[in-house]
Order: sequence, then structure tokens, then C-alpha cells
Amino acid sequence: MDRKVVVPGDLLSEDAKRSGEGTYVKNGSVYSLLYGLANFRDKINVIPLAGKYVPVPGDNVIGVVKDITFSNWIVDINSPYDGLLHISEFPKRIESEEMSKHLHIGSSIMTRVTDVDPTMKVELTLNDKKLGLIKAGQVIEISHTRVPRLIGKGGSMISMLKKEVNCNIFVGQNGRIWIHGGTEDMDLALKTITLIDREAHTNGLTDRIVDFLKTEKGARS
Amino acid sequence: MDETDISFFKDGLRLDGRKADQLRPVKIEVGVLARADGSCYIEMGGNKVIAAVYGPREVHPRHLQEATRAIVRYRYNMASFSVEDRKRPGPDRRSQELSKVSREALEPVILTSFFPRSVIDVFVEVLQADAGTRTAGINAAAVALADAGIPMKSMISSCAAGKVADTIILDPMKEEDNFGQADLPIAMTPGGDITLLQMDGGLTPDEFQRAVEMAMKGARDIYEMQREALVKKYSQMVEQPGREEVHVCD
Repeated sequence: MDRKVVVPGDLLSEDAKRSGEGTYVKNGSVYSLLYGLANFRDKINVIPLAGKYVPVPGDNVIGVVKDITFSNWIVDINSPYDGLLHISEFPKRIESEEMSKHLHIGSSIMTRVTDVDPTMKVELTLNDKKLGLIKAGQVIEISHTRVPRLIGKGGSMISMLKKEVNCNIFVGQNGRIWIHGGTEDMDLALKTITLIDREAHTNGLTDRIVDFLKTEKGARS
Repeated sequence: MDETDISFFKDGLRLDGRKADQLRPVKIEVGVLARADGSCYIEMGGNKVIAAVYGPREVHPRHLQEATRAIVRYRYNMASFSVEDRKRPGPDRRSQELSKVSREALEPVILTSFFPRSVIDVFVEVLQADAGTRTAGINAAAVALADAGIPMKSMISSCAAGKVADTIILDPMKEEDNFGQADLPIAMTPGGDITLLQMDGGLTPDEFQRAVEMAMKGARDIYEMQREALVKKYSQMVEQPGREEVHVCD
């Protein structure tokens, strides 16, 4: 795979059809919008090295309730925009007065973005078996730009990790990750995710992570 | 106007040994502040400037918010110790003007429409001043914006030209700025679109043309250095990863 560090305004291709994410077209040529890594495949995508999370419908995210209004929980989703979780999106039918009993300020929730309108009103839901209040485990935060690497191609990295460290892991697209399992397993998972976060931009990462897990486990037993 | 006894040239070279069309030495460092989303430290000759970028983030106070785009705030500030006589701290007429023109120099390349209802804050602190702090500030701010992962159509580079002893010079230093005949700072994209152009003093149309061309050439050289600094930061990240921390929440 052909990769290159680019800065905003770099010419990437003279074929406008190859414009992918993080690029723009001017006078029939493709330029970079971001400082990051350009991936030259059919389409040219530029992956940023930093930046804020912008919610997209369908994203799983981990949020923290920061306020309660008459019919909405206002949720911090590690983004410039707050999420709104409407009372009707709670799995059970509850009354407005009881909202703070179920999710109070400070509660961490695994949730999903259902809709984002042009004014960046972000709507969330808890209506899925995978989603809900976080009652146990740990939440760690990495840069959201590294999340695709943690998940891997078609989920290869994350499914390998789940199996190897024997933990429940929920990856939020906003860079927050929930881990739940035995104390030692969680420590190992944390260490591994830290490693992935640090070396996200290197080649052959999955193989190295497999090796890393092997030696760590060998040291333990 | 300037019947001073200062001579600006010695053996065809300037007071600090530069040629007329030569920049002062430039040093750029990216990501110097851990808590900012993007940051940059720049030295251009005797100028020492640090820039920090925060955002996009929520706008406070609320009434400044724009429904369809991000707003950009730029704060140029000189430290009280940045000049020989103590500079009275706080915003004054000069720094407010510089903040405005610098913001307008950067805004055209930032894709503000990607982040409605938010703000991108740019803070530029001048630690040591030696003529041309606005250009140094804009150069640092552009690198810091890129470092923060903010989408931009291109980088912005800035450089000044001036006139002393009836000669057009690049990147005037303090003596040349104070006792010279003209100062002409510009900011532009590497493609040559000018986003800032100011002039202090007097130039003939012909001199003006030559000064702009000289400043543009200087800005292009600075663009290469900005680029190099950003690429270098990435290769350092690959070689010795792990300075960024993972936060464990509870």
C-alpha cells in the first residue's frame, strides 16, 4: 500500500474521480484538506493525525450524561457537539420525573447516533441489546482518528483482541472504549490498546500485536 | 524623511550580514503544547512566537455562534517582556488590528462549513519581538491549525518586504523596520493567492511590484519550511512513539 505524509493543499492526483475522504477537487485535480497520511488506492483518502470527532449517523459512541432536561438527556460524546438522548429512546417506557433515576448526571452510556441534522443536533438511542448503561469495567479514551486501526479491516483487529484477552470490549467511534473482564485481562487489554494507539500509523500492526499478546501471556503463566 | 546616521549596508550586505533578498534563519517546531489541540513554536530571526489552536469546540459566549459554520477567533498578544521597554500587557489598538488582519489572512483557507455552531480559537503569543511578529504569528498559526487536524484548502505562509536606503529588502529586522522607508507584510497560499497585504511607508508603483514579488518568494521558502516541520513531526512520531497518553476514565 502506498502511503505518504501530506499537508493541506498538497496535490494528490490530476484525476478528479480519485477524490476520497479528506480531499477536495479544484480545477479537475485532487488536493489534500488535512495534515495526515494519504492512502493511494482507487480513491485517495487522507487520514488525519489529529482532530475532533464529528458524529455520523450509525456510529456507536460512549457518552457521559451531563444534563437532564424535560424529555432529553444531554450527553457529552467527546465532540464539539452534545448528543441528545430522548426519553422515548430509552429501552423501557419511563416517566419524565423518573429520568434521573435511570440515568443520572455522570452516568456513562454505550449509545448510538441515529441522526445528525445540518445544525449538528445529534440524536442518540439506547434501543439495542448491545447498548445501555455502563455498570462495570473501565472506559479508556484514545484519539478517535486511531479507532479504525483498533477495529482493523473488517473488524479483524478487534475480534482478535476480544478473543485473546478474554474481555468484553465496546469501541466507540468517538475514541472511548469500554473494557470489561477479569482484573488481569483488563490490564492486558489496556496495555494492548495503548500500544495500538501509539503505533497506529505503522505497517503490519496486527501481526506485532499478536506477538505482543503472546509474550505478555507467556510472561504471566 | 530619514536623515539618520545609520547606514543599512556594509560592503553590499545588511547589518546582520544578510543579502537584500535573504530571509533570517527560521526554526519551526510542531506540537509543543500538550494541552492544545494543535501548537507550533517558531523563531524567525529574533522573533520568538508560540501559537496554540483549540477546537472546533462549543462557542462561548453563545451569541457569537453561527448556525452554518465555525467562527474563527484569533488573538495576537505580545508578552510584556517581548520588547526592550516593557509592553503594557493586554489588548491595545495595535494588537486588536493585528488579530483582525491575521484572522482574515487564515480564514479563507479554513473549511469552516464543516463545523457549524463551533469555534476555532487561535492564540498567538509573542515572546520576543524583532520586527515581523505578525508574519511569524501567521506562519505559526497555520502550522498549528494543520497540527490540530483542521481541514484547510492549503497552508498559509507569510513574509514581509521593506525599503531601506532606497533598496528593496526581504524580511526587515528591527533596525530596518524602525528606521526604514517602508514595510510591506503579506500572507499567501503556496499557490500565490494573497490573503493579507499591508503597507506602512511609501513605495513607488514599481518598487511596490518588486517588493510584493520579493515577499512572495520569501513566503514560498517559508512554506517549504512549514511543510518540512510537519513532515518531521510525523517521522518522529513513528520513530519514538508513545509521548501521547491514553486516559483512563472511571
